[in-house]
Amino acid sequence: MKEQASYIETGAADVPDARGYYGDFGGRFVPETLVPALDELTAAYAEAMADPAFQARLEFLQRTYTGRPTPVSYAERLSKTLGGAQIYLKREDLAHTGAHKINNALGQALLAERMGKRRIVAETGAGQHGVASATACAMLGLECHVYMGSVDMERQKPNVFRMNLMNAEVVPVESGTKTLKDAINEAIRDWVTNVRDTFYLLGSALGPHPYPMMVRDFQSVIGTEARAQMLEQVGRLPDTCIACVGGGSNAIGLFHAFRDDEHVELIGVEAGGHGVSTGEHAARFGDPNKGRPGVLHGSKTFVLQNGDGQIMNTHSISAGLDYAAVGPEHSYLRANERAFYTSATDEEAMAALQLLSQVEGIIPALESSHAVAEAIKRAPEMSRDSIILINLSGRGDKDLETIMRTVGNE
Amino acid sequence: MNTVDSALRGTAAIAAMFERTRLEGRSAFLPYFPIGFPGYQESLEAIMAMAETGVDGFEIGMPFSDPLADGPVNQAAMQIALENGTTVQTCLDAVKALRDRGVDQPMLLMGYLNPILAYGEEAFVKAVVNAGADGLIVPDLPPEEGALLSGLCQKYGLALVYFLAPTSTQERITLVAGQATGFIYVVSFTGVTGVRSELPDDLTEFISRLRRQVNGVPLVMGFGISKPEHARLVSSIMDGFIVGSALVRAGREGTDAVRELSLSLRQALN
Repeated sequence: MKEQASYIETGAADVPDARGYYGDFGGRFVPETLVPALDELTAAYAEAMADPAFQARLEFLQRTYTGRPTPVSYAERLSKTLGGAQIYLKREDLAHTGAHKINNALGQALLAERMGKRRIVAETGAGQHGVASATACAMLGLECHVYMGSVDMERQKPNVFRMNLMNAEVVPVESGTKTLKDAINEAIRDWVTNVRDTFYLLGSALGPHPYPMMVRDFQSVIGTEARAQMLEQVGRLPDTCIACVGGGSNAIGLFHAFRDDEHVELIGVEAGGHGVSTGEHAARFGDPNKGRPGVLHGSKTFVLQNGDGQIMNTHSISAGLDYAAVGPEHSYLRANERAFYTSATDEEAMAALQLLSQVEGIIPALESSHAVAEAIKRAPEMSRDSIILINLSGRGDKDLETIMRTVGNE
Repeated sequence: MNTVDSALRGTAAIAAMFERTRLEGRSAFLPYFPIGFPGYQESLEAIMAMAETGVDGFEIGMPFSDPLADGPVNQAAMQIALENGTTVQTCLDAVKALRDRGVDQPMLLMGYLNPILAYGEEAFVKAVVNAGADGLIVPDLPPEEGALLSGLCQKYGLALVYFLAPTSTQERITLVAGQATGFIYVVSFTGVTGVRSELPDDLTEFISRLRRQVNGVPLVMGFGISKPEHARLVSSIMDGFIVGSALVRAGREGTDAVRELSLSLRQALN
């Protein structure tokens, strides 16, 4: 790509409204103590986005530190193997730290620095956002505390070590289910307590306004680049864009640039776990009994809950998709039928991971493997001149232990 | 409990409570206790024991799986209550049972928003009135998001309590004062609920600043009040105060410990 004029889209989107709503979804359901902090953040973010110096610094670091733009690769052998659509991969796995999470962490850390808040708190599930936050904080000289469920710390030891190496403190969370949702609760409690000098670096397109918007904007570089790259390399836009959806930041980052390209189909893939019918999954849209609109972590959106409104435990082989709620803009895109959502099981994701490794020499993260699994289902049904673009949101190195346990003995 | 006019319910009962404590020249003492902790019967016994020590009203906790405004003591209690099978309906039944057993102080149900949405907001408000409770406290519902629930509470005569914190701006103080019914819950610290050993120094200044701006809406302090000396101090500047974590902690030891702490806090106001 020759020119990288503006990486961040501002003002162009029709959502959210001033109150942070995406149609019926979004908003700000937080304790009073945080409302002034969210107002301050909203104002500081708008100011930063309007400041060419901030944009230039972010763009410079994206290019010289993160390694942007990430390439779009033609998956020639995968396409031939499947015998239908031509498949292209947006290579977020090649960004520094090995996943798209750095796009948002860097943007928010720069904003925190600008606001004079030098103490950062973040939550992490698989550890990818924690690592990205620790990375950005180390580079900018900010103090970093990452809340992580003790169950996840046990599952993701190498990431805990990486964060420690970069001078971040990893705080074990022992409450509730000791996983991502409890880590978010604990990070919010820290923020409520230390709100005057602390910046909460939230890792996905969820939570109270302005987080879903801010995270989307910082991730929209994925789609902005990919759209231009497709036009340059292939001469046209893809027919279908596919991304996995946990909180939904990599998906919204890809979808955003294509929102007005009505002929481009947008597909989000949730974690089907052991299968939606087993009840052990994280398919908020896929399970009509348990996935209903509700409020979790400050936002109105689809939430997996029991009949009494208690939040359900979720299951996925990929810790990054293992979460009971989904970013509010996805609920909105689904309600408007601008995007469609499906799911892939643990088994389908693992098979997709193996196939992509074997025929392309790319080991995808387990999260991204869910998007690959959907392409494997669709491509054979599509004509050979049609195009699928997959957001390969991260690389699989972090998952080697899980992969070895699952397929090592086959 | 013969001092309570049991013919009044809802916002009117809460207003009558403050009128009475004001005449007595003291703060209203509103203990918090969750239903289902450590078990259903034990929670009812703890609340009845506190009622007998002459407390002025209750904040009754409904458990939620993700209580992000609560500290470790209340989180753990909610977790236990959920494991005991406590539901929104259980909590409504508990209020009814407490009324049947003669507890006639005002009761406000404290719960997070999602279980209320799952029950259905209007159905919930009606059920709260039928059970005999007087108001609602929803910590993750700021006034900007509260229009629907606020309207329903008004329609059915329930109080809907909103919060103010030391971080609240002038604008927000005005907004909350205009929306709150029953009283305003003043968070004494930035932070979550929990037991602390000292109250902050600049409290008096903060409260007198609020007083000038809220047009007589009663101010009730919560978060971090655990000892009789806190109660005395707070009583000199507040219309009421809530004690939560310290009583929940006592609840682990049993009803006697709850009764004893409740009595010492109440007597500190004489």
